[in-house]
Amino acid sequence: MLSVVVFLPVVVALALAALPATNSSRRFTVPWVLTGLVQLILVVVLWLGLPTSGYGFVEHVAWIPSAGISYHLGVDGISLPLVAMTIVVFTAAAVYSLREERRPKSYVMLFLALQAASVGVFVALDLILFFLFFDLSIVFMYFVIAGWGLGGRARSAALTFFLYTFLGSLALLLGFILIYLAATPHTFDIPALAAQNPLAAGGPVAGAALLAIGLGLAVKTPLVPFHTWLPPAHTEAPAAGSAVLAGVLLKMGTYGFVRIAMPVLPASWRQFAGVVVVLGVISVVYGALVALAQTDLKRMIAYTSVNHMGYVLLGVGAAGLVAQSDAQARQLATTGAVTQMVSHGLITGALFLLAGALHERGRTYDMGAYGGLAARTPRFAGLFAVAAFASLGLPGFSGFIAEFQIFTGALGATPVATAIAVVGILITAGLFLVALSRMLLGELRYPDAPGTPRPFPDLRARELAATVPLLLLATVIGVVPRFLLDLVEPASRVVNELVAR
Amino acid sequence: MVMMNEDPTTVIPELALLVGAVLAVLVGAWTPRRRQGRVRVLALLAVGVGLIATVIAASEPPSTTFDTYVLDTTTHAVRAIVLVSLALILWWSRDAVAAHPRESEFTALVLLGGLGAVLMAGAADLLMLFAAFLLASVPLYALAGWAKTGATTEAALKYYLSGAFAGVTMLAGITLLYGAAGTTGYEVLAEGLVTGAAGPAAVGLVALLAGLAFKAGAVPAHFWVPDVTDGTPPPVAAVLTTIPKIGALAAMWRLLLAVPEAIVPWPLLVAVIAAISMTLGNLAAFAQASVLRLLAYSTVSQVGYILVIIAVGARTPEALPALLFYLAAYALTNIGAFAVVAAHPARTIDEFRGLGRRRPLLAIALVVSLLGLVGTPPTAVFVGKLTAFTAAFDGGMAWLAVLAAVNTVASLFYYLRWIAPLFRDEQPEPPQENESRTARHGAVAASALSLLLGVAAGLVLPLFATM
Repeated sequence: MLSVVVFLPVVVALALAALPATNSSRRFTVPWVLTGLVQLILVVVLWLGLPTSGYGFVEHVAWIPSAGISYHLGVDGISLPLVAMTIVVFTAAAVYSLREERRPKSYVMLFLALQAASVGVFVALDLILFFLFFDLSIVFMYFVIAGWGLGGRARSAALTFFLYTFLGSLALLLGFILIYLAATPHTFDIPALAAQNPLAAGGPVAGAALLAIGLGLAVKTPLVPFHTWLPPAHTEAPAAGSAVLAGVLLKMGTYGFVRIAMPVLPASWRQFAGVVVVLGVISVVYGALVALAQTDLKRMIAYTSVNHMGYVLLGVGAAGLVAQSDAQARQLATTGAVTQMVSHGLITGALFLLAGALHERGRTYDMGAYGGLAARTPRFAGLFAVAAFASLGLPGFSGFIAEFQIFTGALGATPVATAIAVVGILITAGLFLVALSRMLLGELRYPDAPGTPRPFPDLRARELAATVPLLLLATVIGVVPRFLLDLVEPASRVVNELVAR
Repeated sequence: MVMMNEDPTTVIPELALLVGAVLAVLVGAWTPRRRQGRVRVLALLAVGVGLIATVIAASEPPSTTFDTYVLDTTTHAVRAIVLVSLALILWWSRDAVAAHPRESEFTALVLLGGLGAVLMAGAADLLMLFAAFLLASVPLYALAGWAKTGATTEAALKYYLSGAFAGVTMLAGITLLYGAAGTTGYEVLAEGLVTGAAGPAAVGLVALLAGLAFKAGAVPAHFWVPDVTDGTPPPVAAVLTTIPKIGALAAMWRLLLAVPEAIVPWPLLVAVIAAISMTLGNLAAFAQASVLRLLAYSTVSQVGYILVIIAVGARTPEALPALLFYLAAYALTNIGAFAVVAAHPARTIDEFRGLGRRRPLLAIALVVSLLGLVGTPPTAVFVGKLTAFTAAFDGGMAWLAVLAAVNTVASLFYYLRWIAPLFRDEQPEPPQENESRTARHGAVAASALSLLLGVAAGLVLPLFATM
């Protein structure tokens, strides 16, 4: 069942490979959308059938037994919401790309491969399998940015992205090998390692393993100061690529903390939880401040991602401060962190697609070039405002639920850090309000460069169909979060028990 | 104690290569030029016989034959790797050598070079090792000059001179080791060294390693690699950068394990050579505009990664399967990359622009090969690197694993410099005339095999573990 969910896009991509490469994009994009919808149906089935404890829908086949590597898939309350979010974001990107004109065949095949790798990361229960999907997602994303990038510097941005994240992934691999060698019998199996807790005593090896894994995940997340690859990659990537990069690929980093670092290296996690909290808070404040200074819409959204991922780190760090807080608070922080991953994926995906729609019309991301769009393009203005408010954490949207839980859970353990992080929310609120007033209000103004189509139309049905469901889901989670939290809470309790032992 | 025998049937794979080479010369001489294809068929038959014999022999327990030749997992694995590599290269080089005036010589020299490489891997005696070294060298000197153009003559001369120098050094090393240990057989070498003088033994071993480093293309004997690779036709370059390396690295492994670490601290020496090889190879590859020179330096760095495994060879049981798997993975991937160059008349990175449009399958094969050389999962080299890093950590050389990881990231930079232009939008040009169809098929097959080997690593790795 899980294998079907993971590899369905690959099967579709191989089938599409047989078709001749034409410029009629529908022939390729429609199957992509359908693939996402079928996967969504399967995910609903998984959601309904998920056992209340442990991993569901487990598939465990020996792969390279002599090296302790197995093909081990499974979902629990932490990974399933991320799988669902991944597929939703990809499907939204597919709908948005329905009319992609530039080499639609390779474009769709690449995205389908990326889709399979992204889902694979979240369901892999073997470190090497995780690494395999993690690395493949980097490779495919590189080709998306390099091949369909919008700016003139797309290739150098893609190269930066590849080098940075590949360095991170190799650090990750070294960390995995350290854990593997510490375990007896040697294994890369995540549940087995979590049960065995081979580095329970802590010490330098455990510290080195956490450092290597932490470094690898921090590059991907990205945490300040490893974030410098993110803004250029986002600026140059096509809109669907940006949505997937921010919505899905960044979550692989934070998910790795919850799935691997916390349960497998609990002793070191407790030891260095304070560092994680500090790094998270730095990302929160730094990301927000730099975002405030941006005039480029996409760069601004990219930096708010740094800010939002900082909250996740604050949450998972606080969950490691066992001595300072009770079990309930730590569970709240972890649940909040997972919710934040889902929420950020949906909202940022929508924001980047909207930014892409704006670029299609005005051919620039410069916020100064636009003004008074509320009157000219009410649908765009409305959706952009909703997305902005959702992103800054207004109650009623998923971001609020997530950040509220993180702050509540972290407050007891690290009051100072939490207080500083709340400042980040204020700054984010400020920067989004400034952006809204600049672009949507005031005198009507939009770029009139040569080659720009004169009419500046409002969002079309295709763009609405891509962004509205994302924001709708964010609102549903914000208003009736129980269906999500009921799934996440038992799983995050398990993670916290593993950390606290 | 291993069994002794003098049964010629134990060396059928080697005999098959020898007979194949001799027949290639004889049949080639009596065949008209346009029918020279039958020589290749004959050679492929010989390789096939060798492969079948290898598979049958691999199920036997380890033994020594003719007192100087070991039949164990390492030998069997190297036989298989070399034979498969030979078959691939002979097959996809067809368009490049067909109707060439010296077509059958190419086939014979390639087979002899392969024979030398296999013998190096199995040699358990210093003199036998030297004979195998010569057999792996002399035919390949001739092969380097096979095309007889200006550049190949220079390449052959350079290869020959550095080879002759390496051979003399190696022979001097063997003399010293013999003087120190009083024997040339590996089995009693350790005993002899314990009682003998340690100083000459150390000098001898270093000199001997210098010769093997030449064959493997490792620092400090790597100077021939870029010039020879760039100066010879791609099929020849593929042979020179793949086949002798496999034999030399396996020989290095066997020799070093026979020398007690306490007398000559060779792990550190090999580790330093490994570190310099991978770093220097990578740094030099950065600025290359010629794809052949880029690949040449990439092979130098790949040898560095393999030497990491040899450095910890005596310290961890994980090393042997790692070494053999990496050799297999490297051979397939490297042959795939060279096949792409052979398939396409372009020789600089710029000329590869837009290949993705014109030849999508070839471009994908190149991407798989190059990302394979980087070590992206699920290609075979990834599993090789994973096992290599694991062995390095386990053998107490974590710094080497970290350096190898850093180097891997650095190598990504120049591989991507080649990959990126493939998919640039260009005016679609009509396919050029001097493209090679067999090389294109060879590239796709080799890269597909490297992927397959990576995915099926679970089946292959246990075969390489010591029985």
